[in-house]
Amino acid sequence: MSDHNYTPSSKFGKWFNDRLPLLTLANHLTDYPTPKNLNYWWTFGGILTFCLITQIITGLVLAMHYIAHADLAFSSVEHIMRDVNYGWLIRYIHANGASMFFLAVYIHIFRSLFYGSYKAPREIIWILGIMIYLLMMAAAFMGYVLPWGQMSFWGATVITNLFSAIPLVGESITTWLWGGYSVDNPTLTRFFTLHYLIPFLILGLVVLHIWALHVPGNNNPVGIDIQKPSKDTVPFHPYIVIKDLFALLLFMIVFAFFVFYSPNILGHADNYIEANPLVTPAHIVPEWYLLPFYAILRSIPDKLLGVIAMLSAIFILAALPWLDTSKVRSAVFRPLYKQFYWILVIDVLVLGYVGAMPAEGLYLLIARVATAYYFLHFLLVLPVLGKIEKTTPLPLSITSPVLGGSADLAMAKNTDVRKEKL
Amino acid sequence: MSDKEKPNRRDFIFTATAAVGAVGAGAAAWPLIDQMNPDASVKALASTEVDVSSLQPGQSITVLWRGKPVFIKRRTENEISEARNVKISDLKHPEKDEDRAQNPEWLVMLGVCTHLGCVPLADKGEYGGWFCPCHGSHYDTAGRIRKGPAPTNLEIPKYEFVNSNTIKIG
Repeated sequence: MSDHNYTPSSKFGKWFNDRLPLLTLANHLTDYPTPKNLNYWWTFGGILTFCLITQIITGLVLAMHYIAHADLAFSSVEHIMRDVNYGWLIRYIHANGASMFFLAVYIHIFRSLFYGSYKAPREIIWILGIMIYLLMMAAAFMGYVLPWGQMSFWGATVITNLFSAIPLVGESITTWLWGGYSVDNPTLTRFFTLHYLIPFLILGLVVLHIWALHVPGNNNPVGIDIQKPSKDTVPFHPYIVIKDLFALLLFMIVFAFFVFYSPNILGHADNYIEANPLVTPAHIVPEWYLLPFYAILRSIPDKLLGVIAMLSAIFILAALPWLDTSKVRSAVFRPLYKQFYWILVIDVLVLGYVGAMPAEGLYLLIARVATAYYFLHFLLVLPVLGKIEKTTPLPLSITSPVLGGSADLAMAKNTDVRKEKL
Repeated sequence: MSDKEKPNRRDFIFTATAAVGAVGAGAAAWPLIDQMNPDASVKALASTEVDVSSLQPGQSITVLWRGKPVFIKRRTENEISEARNVKISDLKHPEKDEDRAQNPEWLVMLGVCTHLGCVPLADKGEYGGWFCPCHGSHYDTAGRIRKGPAPTNLEIPKYEFVNSNTIKIG
C-alpha cells in the first residue's frame, strides 16, 4: 500500500497533514486496494454502516421526545406517534431499522461463514465482529423495553431472570440489575441510559473492525491471497464505493417497504398494551432476530443449563477460526463443507421458527434436535471436516479464473497452466 | 541470591503504589456499582396488608408486593387433599404441603414462575394448580413444580395473619 508516501498537493494540505495526517488516512481509504472479484455479498459492510448511522440519528431525535419513566414512557411513545412532527416516520424507521440492521448483519455473518473470512489472518476482525453482534443484541433488547408495553416488560423480566440462574449470587445480581425486586422504573431508566450508550461503543468497535480489515485487506470469493495488487485489485474509490451505493439503494427499497407499508409486521400487537406486572401475555416471544437463541434456551429442560447453552451458542462463534481446521477458506473449493454450510443455514432457520412457536410437543422435539445439530456443526463437523475433506484445486490467482474466460475455476487454472507452457 | 532476584527499594515502591492504586480504584468504583442496588424508596415499600374477608373457598386474589404479584388462594377441601396426598418422592423440589401453607385453607405465594419470572395462570395445567404460559411449567395445588423447566416451587413470602381477615405480607 502506497499511503505512507502520500503528499498532499496543496501547500496548506501539506502543512495540515504534517500536523494531523487526516489526508493520508483519506488517501488510504480512497486508494485501498480491493480484490476485483468481490460479489454483492461483500456490500453488507457498507449497508451495516448505514444502518448504524441511521439508528444513531433517529435514536437521537426520538430521545428528544421520549420520557424514560414507568408512568410516562408508554404515553410518550404514543405522543411521538401522534403529536410530534414526523414522529411516526422517525419511530418506524428506528424500530424497523433494528430489524434491517439484524437482517444485514446475519447476511454479513453468513457471508463470512461461506467464504471462510474468519480464518487466518482475519481472526481479530471476526472476533471484533462477534463483539459488535453481542452489543447489537444488548442494544436491541434494551431498546425494545423502552416503549414499556407488555412485551417490553415481560421480555425484560424473562431476560433479566436469566441471570438468576447463576448459582449463589444469581438473585443478588438480578436485584442489582433491576434496582428493585422486579422490573420497574429504576430498570427502565438504566436501560435507557445503556441503550443510548451502546451504539457509540459499537461505533468504536466498527472503527477497530475496519482498521483490522485494512491490515490484511478483504477476503474474496475464491478465498486466496492477492498475488499482484496491480492485477488482482481495484481502488476502493470509485469502484467499490459505487457498487456499495447501488447495493445500499436496493437495500433501502426493502427498508422503505417495511417502514411505509407494514411498519408493525415485525413487532407484536401485545406491545401496544401498557406494561402490567400482574398479567403475563399468553405467549412471550422475543423479536425475530433473537428467536434461534430463544429456541436453544427453551429446548433444555434445566434453567442453568438452558442459559449456558444459549450463551455458548453465541460464544462458540468466537472460537470458530480455531474450530474450523481447513486451510482452504472459500466453500467454493470445499464440496463437503458447502453442504454442511447449507444444513447449518437451514438449522438456524428451523431454530428461529420453533423459537416463535409454543415450547411443547413436536416443536420442543424439533428444537432439541436442531440445538444438538447446531453444536455438532461447530464442535464435531468443522474440526473433522478440515482433516478429511478433499478440496478441489484452487486457482493460481484472483485474476486467472476471470482471464481464463471460464466459470469453472478448476478449468481456469488449467488454462492458466497451458498459457504458461505456450 | 543474585541482585536481580532480591527485591530492592524500587520493587517495594512499585508494589505498594499498585496496591494503593487498586484499593483506591475499588473504593471509587463501589459507589458507582452500588447505586444500582434497590434504593431507600424501593426498600421502604417492604410490606403490605391485604383484606381477604371477601374470598370464598376456591377463589383467589392477586396483590402487588414489591412490584411482584402475590397469589392469595383460599383452597377447597379437594385441593387441599390433592396437595397433601402427593408422594413426596414424586416431587422435583420436595416440600410438604403442611410446610407451605401454615393454615391449610390459605395458600400465599409469589406469583412469579421460578424459571424466568412470568406470572403463572391459575386453574390451568396438568396438576390443577398453576401453569406458566411462557415456557410451560406446571405447578400443583400447593404451588409445587411438577413438570417443566422451573427449578423450584413457587416461593412463599414471609407473611402472617394480623387477624382472621387480614394478611400482612413482608
